[in-house]
Amino acid sequence: MSHAKSLRPSATFSQQVLDEIHRAADQGIYEIRGFGAKRSLPTFDDLVFLGASMSRYPLEGYREKCATDIVLGTRYARRPIKLKIPITIAGMSFGALGANAKEALGRAATAMGTSTTTGDGGMTEEERQSSKTLVYQVLPSRYGLNPDDVRRADALEIVVGQGAKPGGGGMLLGHKITERVAEMRDLPRDIDQRSACRHPDWTGPDDLAIKIQELREITDWEIPIYIKIGATRVSYDVALAVKSGADVIVVDGMQGGTAATQDVFIEHVGIPTLPAVRMAVEALQELGMHRQVQLIVSGGIRSGADAAKALALGADAVSIGSAAMVALGCNRNIFVEDYEALGTAPGYCHHCHTGRCPVGITTQDAELEERLQPEQGARWLRNYLTTMVLEIQTLARACGKTHVLNLEPEDLTALTIEAAAMAKVPLAGTNWIPGNNK
Amino acid sequence: MCGIVGIYLKNEDLYPELGGFLAAMLVEMSDRGPDSAGIAVYRDPVPDSSCKLTLYAAGDYDWEKLQKEMAAYLQSDVKLDVHASHAVVIASAQVASVQDWLRTQHPELRIMSAGSAIEIYKEKGPPREFVRQFRLHELNGSHALGHTRMATESAVTTEHSHPFSTGMDLCLVHNGSLSNHNRLRRTLRDEGVDIQTDNDSEVAAGYLMWRLREGDSLEDALDRALTDLDGFYTFAIGTKDGFAVLRDPIACKPAVMAETDEWVAMSSEFRAIAQLPGAANATIWEPAPATVYTWGH
Amino acid sequence: MAAFDLNSDSVRTLNQHLHDSPSGTLSVTNPGGRHCIACGIDAPVEVSIDGHVGYYCAGMNKQAQVTIAGNAGPGVAENIMSGSVRVKGNASQSAGASGRGGALIIEGDASARCGISMKGVDIVVAGSVGHMSAFMAQKGRLVICGDAGDFLGDSIYEAIIYVRGNVGELGADCIKKEMTADHVQGLKQLLASTGVAANVDEFRRYGSARKLYNFNIDHADDY
Repeated sequence: MSHAKSLRPSATFSQQVLDEIHRAADQGIYEIRGFGAKRSLPTFDDLVFLGASMSRYPLEGYREKCATDIVLGTRYARRPIKLKIPITIAGMSFGALGANAKEALGRAATAMGTSTTTGDGGMTEEERQSSKTLVYQVLPSRYGLNPDDVRRADALEIVVGQGAKPGGGGMLLGHKITERVAEMRDLPRDIDQRSACRHPDWTGPDDLAIKIQELREITDWEIPIYIKIGATRVSYDVALAVKSGADVIVVDGMQGGTAATQDVFIEHVGIPTLPAVRMAVEALQELGMHRQVQLIVSGGIRSGADAAKALALGADAVSIGSAAMVALGCNRNIFVEDYEALGTAPGYCHHCHTGRCPVGITTQDAELEERLQPEQGARWLRNYLTTMVLEIQTLARACGKTHVLNLEPEDLTALTIEAAAMAKVPLAGTNWIPGNNK
Repeated sequence: MCGIVGIYLKNEDLYPELGGFLAAMLVEMSDRGPDSAGIAVYRDPVPDSSCKLTLYAAGDYDWEKLQKEMAAYLQSDVKLDVHASHAVVIASAQVASVQDWLRTQHPELRIMSAGSAIEIYKEKGPPREFVRQFRLHELNGSHALGHTRMATESAVTTEHSHPFSTGMDLCLVHNGSLSNHNRLRRTLRDEGVDIQTDNDSEVAAGYLMWRLREGDSLEDALDRALTDLDGFYTFAIGTKDGFAVLRDPIACKPAVMAETDEWVAMSSEFRAIAQLPGAANATIWEPAPATVYTWGH
Repeated sequence: MAAFDLNSDSVRTLNQHLHDSPSGTLSVTNPGGRHCIACGIDAPVEVSIDGHVGYYCAGMNKQAQVTIAGNAGPGVAENIMSGSVRVKGNASQSAGASGRGGALIIEGDASARCGISMKGVDIVVAGSVGHMSAFMAQKGRLVICGDAGDFLGDSIYEAIIYVRGNVGELGADCIKKEMTADHVQGLKQLLASTGVAANVDEFRRYGSARKLYNFNIDHADDY
């Protein structure tokens, strides 16, 4: 009797790689998709808290308060932003998301005392009405940008880049450019939106400084101005953002999501959030600006644990995008046949770019949008945010903190050498921080 | 990222006022460059038998001792004038022998410039402070370049400040960000060009020096730079007789030129030029991308 | 008439005044190349600026008529919504960037990227424009009485470009198009309303070939 010869796969030319090359040979263009980096990357999972011990005492729950409030924009703005929790909702466009999703985000954020952020399509009425604190993005495309919305925003966020595609502009494929989206973006219907990757009227931090001045002049110096960068040369960028005059800096690691961009961008550009946080905080400390220019960190923040670790490393807040959408139902195990029609399955879907989101989030199709009712979505997100906050407080109390911003790097230890080197936190059981020989 | 200024005086009667003009322009560019400032002034040219060098020393330095030592070694006159952390040395000797001696006997000193007319001063700190420290208002000269720096990818130190000296009476200031300077740095070092920092602008300066050493004219070297240097840049190059300006083909970084009967000026922003007498009626234009402009006596 | 002298009044004071209590007419002297002059106005006022201005003059203008008796730095009238901005001298790069309405008139030349990302503004340049003008221009009209630099209308959407002089190399997806009677009429009106004298019959029209609207492998070279 003879054995069937065992099949031997190639690690270099894996099935996924083979499929991709066949696809490229068929289509002649890069793959475009949504979601963030899917490959395995160093994350906050490799850091753990040290908790209470003989030398460090924990706080009781309930009466022994662990405060979570933060203030953003104290550097120059007359009206800084006060948030109840150190978690904000990241910029996602109307166009990429449907109106119901944007409204759900706004309602939940308002209920939790935090902010949402517009995206590459401009400000919708729904979002301004539903979100009590709204950050208005100024992007290279300038779609929909207008002074009326600038003046009714609670903060402005100048987008230099985002974690999913540092160096790339926004993208929206034709089937998502409906009448309403087209009108907001001043584009013809149904075309594939091409995007600028640089701002039209400034290049470089020296000219950005003047652009920030202009926005301050237009808003009479009332509101904070954020600068958002995708995590690449974080140390330089944060220093330059400070020198350009930012009130708040948002650093988005490579795990950050998108509704549509080239897969090659998502997977191969930018650095993980883990080292990005530490680099950003160090740059601020070197300038003596830590806590004076606030730092918001995003890119694959999934839980209260991730948030607490980012805060411990020195961030003032975290921002969630993908996680917020998951809370709204992204990749939920329902409408399975619709996932299958897209060639995917719950748990694997990254098909935001198709506009056929089975759970009604990243779609402009009225029928699909019905599947996400704003009130239900808001309740889900609110529950998720509440959970995150409770988790942060649990961890902070265990470390003896009456305020979550009192978490510090010394509350952490690393489980892997990479995490230790990236976060500049000692490897568990040792005093060793690899690479710390400047 | 940075601010660049340049001024070239057509009218000799204005030479005593060069420092004052430069100071006003430099300070106006403080917002663009808060980290450090530097200037290259072309003044009081020395005869062919002599050479002029600008030297930099960190901290307190016994310049008098150096002067005596140098004079003794060269067996000739050595004049030395101290300007804050720098000293201008004029020796009746060939520049190569002076440089060699300094490099071997006094490696603690940094040679900022060498030639017959050029003097380069650079220092950390805000431009206003620089102007005061170096008493810019007292400097005369025929033409000058200035630079205010906001460090992008390298450190804020005196060595990383502009102008970078590219050879005898030559210097370069840069606003922008080169994208292929790392490989170019390795190439230049292989060609024997001494590049000391990781600053992209120093690579541009080194590249020019290399091309000039290989026999290119300044115009040809700058033309070649358009192909060999990648990234965004506005360059102003100082020469013994005048200066040159070059913008990359995409030309996102700003550059404004202005000319009157008395002077030609260049800056990253018009408001620096607005400080000059007669600016209101000057002819103002922007240099075209990928085009070499030169002015000289 | 309110008057501001920027050698003694700050740009901040001027702009706050223009936002709080915009009067009928206002004069600004000694602008000295300063930045952000008269930006964010939202009132039907007349502002005349006597001299050269820096970056972003009249940025995000709504309703106001702003005249600059001098040159303008980068981004003049950027994101203009309505009203008009007139530059009597030359304009630096990115003039009228992402402008959404109203009119920008440049009596001299404009530099690179004139009308970049425009979204509905009318820009009329009596002189010439620099390279990459009307880059990604989505909506509105760019009228160039002089010459246009290379890569005019690169990646253009539905904006219309009229050129009287020479055009360098055209940008990706930008082609010459037919001048219909409607176009001629519209151009005539625009020239008249902006007070720029030029013979409509000497203009040619340029616009999008629309080949980049949906990706097609055969046009990959244009990317």
